[in-house]
Amino acid sequence: MATKILVVAELLEGKIRKASLSAVTFARNAGLPFSVLVIGAGAAGAAGEITAFGAEKVLVADDATFNGWTAERFAPTVAAAVKNGGFDVLAFTASSFGKDIAPRVAAKLGAGYAPDISSVSNEGGTLIYRRPVYAGNAYAKAKLLTAVQVVSVRQSEFTAAEASGGASPVEAIAIEAADAAASKVEFLGLEAAKSERPDLGDARVIVAGGRALKEKFKDILEPLADKLGAAIGASRAACDAGYAAPELQVGQTGRIVAPRLYLAIGISGAIQHLAGMKGSKTIVAINKDTEAPIFQVADYGLVQDLFAAVPELVTELNKG
Amino acid sequence: MKILVPLKRVADPDNANKIKVNGGKIDTTGLEWKLNPFDEYAVETALRLTENGANTKARLGEVVVVTLGPKETETTLRSALATGADRAIRIDAGDDAIDGDTVAHALAALIKKENFDLILLGKQAVDGDSNQVPQLLAEYLGWPQATFAATIKSEADKALVVGREVDGGTLNVRVQLPAVVSVDLRIVAPKSVTSVHTAPTHNYADGVRFAALMQIMAAKKKPLVEVKLADLGVTAAPKIEYVGFELPPARKAGVKVANVADLVGKLRNEAKAL
Repeated sequence: MATKILVVAELLEGKIRKASLSAVTFARNAGLPFSVLVIGAGAAGAAGEITAFGAEKVLVADDATFNGWTAERFAPTVAAAVKNGGFDVLAFTASSFGKDIAPRVAAKLGAGYAPDISSVSNEGGTLIYRRPVYAGNAYAKAKLLTAVQVVSVRQSEFTAAEASGGASPVEAIAIEAADAAASKVEFLGLEAAKSERPDLGDARVIVAGGRALKEKFKDILEPLADKLGAAIGASRAACDAGYAAPELQVGQTGRIVAPRLYLAIGISGAIQHLAGMKGSKTIVAINKDTEAPIFQVADYGLVQDLFAAVPELVTELNKG
Repeated sequence: MKILVPLKRVADPDNANKIKVNGGKIDTTGLEWKLNPFDEYAVETALRLTENGANTKARLGEVVVVTLGPKETETTLRSALATGADRAIRIDAGDDAIDGDTVAHALAALIKKENFDLILLGKQAVDGDSNQVPQLLAEYLGWPQATFAATIKSEADKALVVGREVDGGTLNVRVQLPAVVSVDLRIVAPKSVTSVHTAPTHNYADGVRFAALMQIMAAKKKPLVEVKLADLGVTAAPKIEYVGFELPPARKAGVKVANVADLVGKLRNEAKAL
């Protein structure tokens, strides 16, 4: 019987990542009281960002040794926070951070782990998790059989929580000694892809391109993305061919997105790509191949050569 | 370097849209078993780390592959032996009786019996899409982990510098061996894996290598042993219970628009998406 949730908030450049607010939404949807653990170097300074979301407590684990990211360094403190606080559900957002550390903490706690869930229901105190399998071609309903449960939640399906008011008390927690394994891994640095555009996970509009764009990937997509304030995404084929940066990949094995509007430009619609975007509210496909599978999920399909259609689309939008 | 590569067979991912649900269970009838694509990448990575790229015949170290499953999964192991792995282990288990946690416990027990320098795994199996066994295994062994590896540079076979694909960029770590590394898609690009044995200028063919007929024949003679779950002191005790499966709701059929003006009109007035 689940009674009390701990949500882990991750930091990026001293601020709480918006992605973490999806795990807050999970806690609210589960209908259980929750606290938030803000962990990382600079957590104390960021804790104030999350005190108006209805948490019973905001726990802070701030330590100079948390500079840089290694699961081995963070996991003992997260596990201790669960034990000491009497929590029985631990929730991460299924970001690359969450996916990296969640199983490691689950193993420490002897907890079952439900990865990448898309919804939760509370059936008389038992949490039932729904999660996509087979690249989203089926959904599984699962429950965890352990006293303590760990979940990671899809940012695309748990909309970022809004502040609800109040002022949760902030409490610093003890920092646990690092695992022996932590001394075997050294953080060398994060090569962040610098972009003025919104993050794929947060964007309301995504303009995504396929291999058909070739070397014109940026030239064609950027004016449209600028006009729409959109993030730019790409198919795996476009990333593999080197036309787009790897971190732009949308799909089963890239980012999972669900924007209000998704424009698939020259993307054929392989199963693994569809798995990453078919939760989008409105999907537009522009492709000259009438038979492209992308048209089966598109709300609006335009069969036209993209090199003509996209510039024309920018012109048309400018008229409005 | 002595490397263990755990493998999983999955229902043909290129036809995953043909999956059916019958009586609340997944039905993969008519779909072929294939090696999980990320595991293929892990095998390729292990081969690259243990050879001189200019002479792929001689293995500088050992690549061992392992799977959990019934007798039929030996086909999966043989396919990896054919591409160059040296020997194989099958941990006998029913497909339905085990979850990722049991797999991690079984692998940890196996690894404690013999010394490996590196455990290389695919970052996730494309059936359950769970992305958990590498991290669980690392914790059970008390070893460092580097997940979602897009690049690996081996430093004198004692440490690896790993470029990890994370949201919004690449995170670089150095792990001391022994370690657990899970690989992402781009690990099989021509220059993604740099070993101390291969000239830095060497370019691998993009993707994974395929076995020639000769190698497929030779693989039949390579050692393959069976181990019982119980011999490893592991009892299958799933921590997750799947209570049912269903197909995703179908998307409402869309329409074709005549031209760009029509598209913009519909997006503005009908979908109200602009």
